[in-house]
Amino acid sequence: MIAELGHLALILALVLSLVQATVPLVGANRNRLALMAVGRPAAQGQLLFIVFAYVCLTWTFITSDFSVALAASNSHTATPLIYKITGVWGNHEGSLVLWAMSLSLWTVAVTIFSRNLPEPFMARVLGVLGWISAGFLSFTLVTSNPFHRLIPAVAEGRDLNPLLQDPGMIIHPPLLYMGYVGFAVAFAFAIAALLTGRMDAAWARWSRPWTTIAWVFLTAGIAVGSGWAYYELGWGGWWFWDPVENASFMPWLLGTALMHSLAVTEKRGAFRSWTILLAISTFSMSLLGTFLVRSGVITSVHAFATDPTRGLYILALLVLVIGVSLVLFAWRAPKLSGGGTFSLASRESSLLANNVLLAVATGAVMLGTLYPLFLDALNLGKISVGPPYFEATFVPLMTPVVILMMVGPFVRWKNDDINRIMRRLSVSLIVSIALGLGAAVLIGHVTWRTVLGLSLAAWVLIASIKLLMGRMADRQGASAGARMRGIPASWWGMWLAHLGIGIFIIGVTMVESIDQHVDMKMRPGQTAQLAGYTFTFRSVEGVQGPNFDAARATIDVARGERHMTTLTPEKRLYHAQQMPMTEVSIHVRPLRDVYVSLGDRLEDGSWLVSLYYKPFISWIWVGCILMGLGGIFAAADRRYRKLAERRVAAGALQQTT
Amino acid sequence: MKPRTKRLALLGGAAALFVGAIALVLTAFQQNLVFFHTPTDVAEGRAPAERAFRIGGLVEEGSIVREADGVTVRFAITDTAQAIPVTYRGSLPDLFQEGKGAVVQGKLGPDGLFQASEVLAKHDENYMPVEAQYAIDKAQAQAQAQAAADTVQK
Repeated sequence: MIAELGHLALILALVLSLVQATVPLVGANRNRLALMAVGRPAAQGQLLFIVFAYVCLTWTFITSDFSVALAASNSHTATPLIYKITGVWGNHEGSLVLWAMSLSLWTVAVTIFSRNLPEPFMARVLGVLGWISAGFLSFTLVTSNPFHRLIPAVAEGRDLNPLLQDPGMIIHPPLLYMGYVGFAVAFAFAIAALLTGRMDAAWARWSRPWTTIAWVFLTAGIAVGSGWAYYELGWGGWWFWDPVENASFMPWLLGTALMHSLAVTEKRGAFRSWTILLAISTFSMSLLGTFLVRSGVITSVHAFATDPTRGLYILALLVLVIGVSLVLFAWRAPKLSGGGTFSLASRESSLLANNVLLAVATGAVMLGTLYPLFLDALNLGKISVGPPYFEATFVPLMTPVVILMMVGPFVRWKNDDINRIMRRLSVSLIVSIALGLGAAVLIGHVTWRTVLGLSLAAWVLIASIKLLMGRMADRQGASAGARMRGIPASWWGMWLAHLGIGIFIIGVTMVESIDQHVDMKMRPGQTAQLAGYTFTFRSVEGVQGPNFDAARATIDVARGERHMTTLTPEKRLYHAQQMPMTEVSIHVRPLRDVYVSLGDRLEDGSWLVSLYYKPFISWIWVGCILMGLGGIFAAADRRYRKLAERRVAAGALQQTT
Repeated sequence: MKPRTKRLALLGGAAALFVGAIALVLTAFQQNLVFFHTPTDVAEGRAPAERAFRIGGLVEEGSIVREADGVTVRFAITDTAQAIPVTYRGSLPDLFQEGKGAVVQGKLGPDGLFQASEVLAKHDENYMPVEAQYAIDKAQAQAQAQAAADTVQK
């Protein structure tokens, strides 16, 4: 009964999404306020029905209703409650409902927080979002009904894939989806701009906070996913250039370019067509990501769908969205030309250069991700493109991006003097290179990549300090605290996010340069040495989990005579799927992780053990947190709210007169 | 500089940046492609000697042997027609088992022993790595074609 109610709610949501997709657009075209006003209640009602459907689906998981096929294949009576709830999105059908729910949440957020938008513009934004929602809801209902009944019902479920039974997996998909889907808002704003022909600084200002918040979610989602891979997959890597990771990284790269391009459009009115094109492509990348991950063209832990009609449906949706928006762009974009001119030495051109490089980097990731699939689809052979390709392209492409990223804020808009900038920054640049070289010698690993990485990090840190000091010097006389408070939130956001990249680079460079690792067999009582730490293998005991059995090893870690910690890695066997799993144990400290994973038991009674020393690895995630915080600060800037208040006031005035 | 020449310089600069970046990407791509070969390909000497490549198939039953250090493993990867001996040092994926699908990446030694640097197994019980499935399908299709050809000759 519950499942049927959920199904009905989903159908009603589809009906409402179609209303939202058509009526406001017609209203905007004929300038009829009554029709335009339908968009909001339609969007809000839709959210209500989707949430209801989602709750129903969750209910079938919690109550272990194994007459629903989805619950039967992804849950189990013994699954811990939290994994019953998260298991809802640990599969193809449920994750689609989550997708639709995120989109609906964003849409309702737009109706609430952008109340001040002109009515025809809002109507078009809601119309575009309605079409996307209709596309995904119909996809869910037609090809992947989550409420499909299993007749006859089975007595016991098959449990959630043990890899997904992990706290990181609780939040990774929702964060990632909020990011992916959030770019739909930027996309809808861009399409609405093309439809109205209105695309000015005010437009960019409306669009900016939405884009930034979507980017924050995506950043957080990717970071959590990477953290999950690090501690769950059991071999100490944090990024694998796996097609599924690339699928989330492509919209991130383009989204980063979009945020910066929007900044130029807002401040200077330039880059208009480029901004629109980026908004379209960023969302297309989100759809492409969904297609890659969900269609089953890639076999990985994420690919749930193996039914080819599903892949075709998403592909058709993708082609339709990209096709229609590009045609619209080609037709309307010539009207958008204009905007401020600028010279070679200006903040605009540094942002333009970084935009070009980020776009090429996205293209490089796309080539490496899609080309093997493309060859395979045409039966031209099987190839794979691994991390060496991505590393060989990313290091040279990102080096100028990172250098320019710190130059840009020092350069004036429109026109500046190259000599002035050189005078201000050349010493910092030289000091950075010297510091990078010195640090590489200090850690005893002098390769060009290490020197480059550390120099870039030093450059980001030094330039950040210089930037802050320059900004603080603006208001002499005031107290330091007052001066800091005087700086707008968006500036702090920029500063923090850029600083985060510096921290991130330190983490990556150190891990790539001087991490240590050994695989060996150990028996109780034996010790091993790695990176100055002594590992003593104490014992192995059997433990019982709620839905698994495990062998848990006890390993003491000491530095010299001093006991540091006791690590307890496990080898688990999950009952329902008879699937073995490695559960690593990590001792985290600011400057390093010590990471131990337990392998197989050998015939002679000893165990395979992998020991890792990972210097500065936490800095990778601290860097991501700073980037995310930067985004939050940027989106919280007062001027977005002030503008809203002004417009509301102006609107009230109009109505009274 | 005149505005017109400035504009040209800016456009030229952006274009040069773009072309340079694309050239870099394409060269890196060319150099880092990893091709895939079936065990039959390798047995018939169609695999490159110097370059790293991938082999997919089933881990042959009874072929996993651990050396005295416990960490070096030897096994054979088969597409049911041919089997290629593989050696690998390191920890194996959780789902690496005899009779199950696996993909290995590495280089072929002069002695015909494949030195794997990476071993990939499936993520859960539901599916096979695509490349492993492909190798087996291909070998079986060939075997059937061979059988058909034999009956025609008889």
